[in-house]
Amino acid sequence: MRIDWKAYNTKGFFDELIDGQGNVRLHGQKLAQFFANLSADELKKARAVADLAIKEMGITFTVYNEGSMIDRAWPFDIIPRTIGKNEWQKVELGLKQRVEALNLFIDDLYHDQKIIKDGVFPRGLLEKSVNFRQQCVGINPPNKIWAHICGSDLVRDGKGTVYVLEDNLRVPSGVSYMLENRSVMKRVFPELFEQMSILPIDDYPSQLFDMLAAMSPRPQDKPEVVVLTPGVFNSAYFEHCYLAQEMGCELVEGRDLVVEKDDCVYMRTITGLQRVDVIYRRIDDLFLDPEVFLPDSQLGVPGLMRAWSKGNVALVNAPGAGVADDKVVYAYVPEIIKYYLDETPKLENVPTYKCLDEKECDYVIKNIDKLVVKPANESGGYGLLIGPKSTQKEQQICIEQIKVDPRNWVAQPTLNLSTVPTFDGLEPDGRHVDLRPFILSSGKDIQVTTGGLTRVAMNKGSLVVNSSQGGGSKDTWIVDEEAE
Amino acid sequence: MLSRVGETLYWVSRYIERAENVARVINVNNMLLLDLPKGVCTGWGPLIDIIGARQAYLENNADFSESKALKYLLVGKDNPSSILNSIISARESARTIRDVIPRDVWEEINSLYYYVKNNQSEGLSKRGRFAYLKKIIESAHLIFGTLNATINHDNGYIFIRFGSIIERADMSSRILDIRSETLITNEEAKPYENIQWISLLRSLSAYQMYRQEMGVRVQRADVIEFVMHSEVFPRSILFCLNEMKSLVEPLVNSAAIITIIDNARDDLKGKNVRELKNGFLHNYVDEIQIKLAAIHNVLAESYFLKLPSQTQSQSQG
Repeated sequence: MRIDWKAYNTKGFFDELIDGQGNVRLHGQKLAQFFANLSADELKKARAVADLAIKEMGITFTVYNEGSMIDRAWPFDIIPRTIGKNEWQKVELGLKQRVEALNLFIDDLYHDQKIIKDGVFPRGLLEKSVNFRQQCVGINPPNKIWAHICGSDLVRDGKGTVYVLEDNLRVPSGVSYMLENRSVMKRVFPELFEQMSILPIDDYPSQLFDMLAAMSPRPQDKPEVVVLTPGVFNSAYFEHCYLAQEMGCELVEGRDLVVEKDDCVYMRTITGLQRVDVIYRRIDDLFLDPEVFLPDSQLGVPGLMRAWSKGNVALVNAPGAGVADDKVVYAYVPEIIKYYLDETPKLENVPTYKCLDEKECDYVIKNIDKLVVKPANESGGYGLLIGPKSTQKEQQICIEQIKVDPRNWVAQPTLNLSTVPTFDGLEPDGRHVDLRPFILSSGKDIQVTTGGLTRVAMNKGSLVVNSSQGGGSKDTWIVDEEAE
Repeated sequence: MLSRVGETLYWVSRYIERAENVARVINVNNMLLLDLPKGVCTGWGPLIDIIGARQAYLENNADFSESKALKYLLVGKDNPSSILNSIISARESARTIRDVIPRDVWEEINSLYYYVKNNQSEGLSKRGRFAYLKKIIESAHLIFGTLNATINHDNGYIFIRFGSIIERADMSSRILDIRSETLITNEEAKPYENIQWISLLRSLSAYQMYRQEMGVRVQRADVIEFVMHSEVFPRSILFCLNEMKSLVEPLVNSAAIITIIDNARDDLKGKNVRELKNGFLHNYVDEIQIKLAAIHNVLAESYFLKLPSQTQSQSQG
């Protein structure tokens, strides 16, 4: 029994491999043919190889469930998602533009707030933002970059248009899975990489390191760069290790670091204290420094903000960068791009209703069964209501929450997210996907990963792609159609 | 090198060494029992003693039957030194320093964990046991070999080696102690005394090397001399102490640790171990173990993270 792509039903969605007429798209032709030629036995074998690789490589993520922690192997589908190089180059430009504008926006908010004075961004929004950090006002991080690493979530709608769904500017995760997915695929289907022109992605760790090193306050040959993790219980711990390892940096926990009287940061080593220049922190703002934020944080380092504000250490991303990652600010990104760069957005925003606005709020409440309603400051798919898939009771609870704190809620039309063939047993069946590319900004240049992490809603019909909510992933191939 | 990382490397290596040692002891005991006649049988009790767990074992087990003892030694959840628990501890510790350990090593530790866990019925069955234990031993060798060949031989490597060596010295002393203590020496067992000493040597992978080095037949005094005093056999206690000293010499602030190793070494060297009769041998091994624990404490004091939230368990026993 071999795969017959003619029998694959796109069910009216935009499928990224097969078009509405049942034809394979240009960038996926060799891939589709390759899979069609595999016997059921070969397929089973390939999946077993992938499963084993994932298990042996220890690619896991952690799920919290009723107070206990479970380490799960990362659900992975062996049909890669392909995107044509031409299209990708346009997306890349759009992402660079977006992140450039967002960094200017954050820097402005912590300094002159021109965008507010010019009436483009409402002051009221800033005042209510839970991610605006008063402690960061007036601070000048190197090269005026706040969001050094941005993970933007992209989706396609029913027509295939690419939209930005949200920007993650605090501690975006997932890049290690992007890299690991590729190494799994190379183990499983080496011959496909020989036959096709798939752009490589291995460069990311060195680009990340170069960017981090460029932020060092001490000009020297080898700055001390560390990755600060909350520890082994964090759901992204695997990634923290992975990145530290790939960059050859120390992976530190809060207890490994200390701020001395000179307001510099040091790590405790077997030979004594050693100065740290750059901290790639994977801890949320509020846990960073118990002297300034949550006083009972065990994860952070007392005095860290002091060291940072004096310019003795670089924090990546900068504290307070999350102010631009909230879902209400998101709605203003087109205006933000226009204001700082005087350009029109190259990538579309999903139309977003802000419950802060009375009229829009009314609309949301009346049409809640058709909309996706999101709390402004939650990530990981928590607190999300998908109107068409919710019960009346759930809708009612959500409406109550909106009424209590309208600023905290936005809503977007339900998008018919695109699908990619994904194995359901031995038959490929469409599953909804999104894409999270990662964008690195050093102030000198901006780099975008080639493709990104494709997340898949593994359950039939589901739209939720978060790993914590039953999502899985696929390798993402940017294919050079012209070289094919 | 971060203090926390140095400490974790030390423990990862200790746990793997422990798992390997326990696997070897079980395998050898298994072989020995097949050789001994039915009435003459030391059973599995001594193995529980080697890991110092008699009391804890008896809380949940009525006797030292093969199936109960093996289950306890291989996968016993309530046994902190069971092979599975040692591997779990190694894996959990290794996970906190995955950035430091070479990928291949992490993958090997990880697959060893899955192997030990998923094939336990093999280990518990008479037929599958040999292959199961052999695989664990080989896997431990692979891990240490890969480390030796791929990791920078810097301070981190010193802690890896130290963890392994101190555990080895500890295990050698325990095996010598329990095995010589429980040796059956009555008239009926006389013909089997020899194979029991051979089995002791085998528990330490020492038989072949004993033959080469000592050039005499296997007998009590020489076996004890070899296991305690050999300067060339890598599992002898003196060898391990020498090794510990040369490991820490390049470290900074190593005066205290060198002094305490030197003391233990000089004392051992000066001891006429051949003459130690059973009860005295036991007491002397006790002394050695106390010294090893003290060496661990000085090492921790000198290099490991000194914070109230120490969670690592101390050496067993």
